[in-house]
Amino acid sequence: MKALLIGEYRQGKLLDTTYELKAFADRLGADSVMLLVGSDAELPKCDSKVYLADAAKYGEYNPDLHKQLVLQAVEKENPDCIVFVHSSYGWDLAPRVAVALKAGQVSEIVALNEGAYEVNACNAKLRRTVTPKSGRCVLTIQAGAFSPTGEPQGAPQLERLDLSGTASAIEFVGYEAAEQKGVDLSKAEIIVSAGRGVGKKDNVPVIAALASALGGELGASRPVVDAGWVDHSHQVGTTGQTVSPKLYVACGISGAIQHLAGMKKADFIVAINKDKDAPIGEIADVLVVADVMQFVPAFTAKCAR
Amino acid sequence: MKILVCIKQVPDMESRFRPNGDKTWYDESDLAFRMNEYDEYAVEQAVQLKEQLGGEPEITVLSIGPERTVEAIKKALAMGGDRAVHIRDDRYYQKDPWQIASMIASYAKGESFDLIFTGMQSQDRGSAQVGVIVAELLGLSCATTLVGFSYDGGTVTVKRELEGGIKGVAKLKLPALVTCQLGLNTPRYPTLPNIMKAKKKEIAALTPAELSGEAELTATAAIYPPAKKGGGLVLEGEIGAQVDRLMGILKEKTAVLR
Repeated sequence: MKALLIGEYRQGKLLDTTYELKAFADRLGADSVMLLVGSDAELPKCDSKVYLADAAKYGEYNPDLHKQLVLQAVEKENPDCIVFVHSSYGWDLAPRVAVALKAGQVSEIVALNEGAYEVNACNAKLRRTVTPKSGRCVLTIQAGAFSPTGEPQGAPQLERLDLSGTASAIEFVGYEAAEQKGVDLSKAEIIVSAGRGVGKKDNVPVIAALASALGGELGASRPVVDAGWVDHSHQVGTTGQTVSPKLYVACGISGAIQHLAGMKKADFIVAINKDKDAPIGEIADVLVVADVMQFVPAFTAKCAR
Repeated sequence: MKILVCIKQVPDMESRFRPNGDKTWYDESDLAFRMNEYDEYAVEQAVQLKEQLGGEPEITVLSIGPERTVEAIKKALAMGGDRAVHIRDDRYYQKDPWQIASMIASYAKGESFDLIFTGMQSQDRGSAQVGVIVAELLGLSCATTLVGFSYDGGTVTVKRELEGGIKGVAKLKLPALVTCQLGLNTPRYPTLPNIMKAKKKEIAALTPAELSGEAELTATAAIYPPAKKGGGLVLEGEIGAQVDRLMGILKEKTAVLR
């Protein structure tokens, strides 16, 4: 079995998740080659063949051109599967490659299961085992699901890839920096976060009161920020801040993977949720099964005493 | 300008889920269905664009699913869609993203839409494939995961949400397809007069047999609850007792409470 791995560059840097592709291929027992649209200045440490296309010429984001580059590598290598990280780059590019090859795609693989792929459904409350029905398939893996073992090492055998033209219907203008962080949660020892389960904006001060009674900071999950209940500077997760406090209290947060990725390194995690099956329970040290708006005020009163 | 918005009706994600009889999907009984959250942003963006262009564009809403799907379609019409197409398919859940996208593309091919909006993924299946596949099948320019959208003279400028809060800005020429991320805008609540008006709007019914009959490229072998890793302590019961126990545990296990 042979896997073509599609690595990722962002703002001139090779992303660490690139090594998770190799870890996944190893778990599959597949030989792997890699394709990167990047630069010589940032090459992955590995012993396999790496097709390198110049990001200065093809852009860090240009799915039309990147698709053509991937297809060129597919032609040269005839891989059984083409693997991406399920990221803003991967989920954007993978289906384009899949259509061009008329290959089935399995998205956001979290585990392998006897030759089939396991993916989440319904906010991780269910799991599906998916099998490709096409000879060749396109796969995207969940970031963090397949961790590399040991430090990457080696020097790749480079082969350059080029296209005859760079005409494209999409023009990449540039990056916009993350919003200025009003609150630096990365240094907080205690974070108390509000999730959708708090019910309404008027209830957020109840969560903030617990944060302040514990001497911590207020955090929030994405839906609460999107709804305008809490400012973006408090958002914890993939598109917010990544935190590692000594204590993390998740109030009414169901535990979407994007949120978990931002806080699972906390030393001690308490979740308060009325749903005993909420995915947050999987990583919480303590899951309090209760209505947030009943439990939190009572607990705050206890802390204040 | 002709705009298409593709929406899906999904269960409320706060629900409890259990596999169906043949373990290929979840059991739909006892579930409350609503419009896929990502798609609400897609509908809203289409309606905002129509408003920006003085009401000129015509917005068609498309959805695939059983009879109940009409409720989500009606909501999209009440938000500002002009007409709808309902592809009635009781076995929609057995189709993979390739088959769903092929049906949509097969309908859209003859309609020459200038702009198609979809959610970036569905909340239940979450493959993030259908929109992009439709774009590829129709030869449209495409960008995913929008948290910013603007339109000016045939060019769409998008802001894509990337990891770590960074955004990527890109320009696309029409015809184009964009997939919408949460937070792109503030989806409106349909007003009562608009709900009444929506009742008179056309909902054309199509069957899968009238559209592309592509074979599946992936199949669901099984669906099941995730294995519980256990580990964590679960505190149930009366609030006062829970408060006391949690306080005791925090004092014992963490250094932050004294």
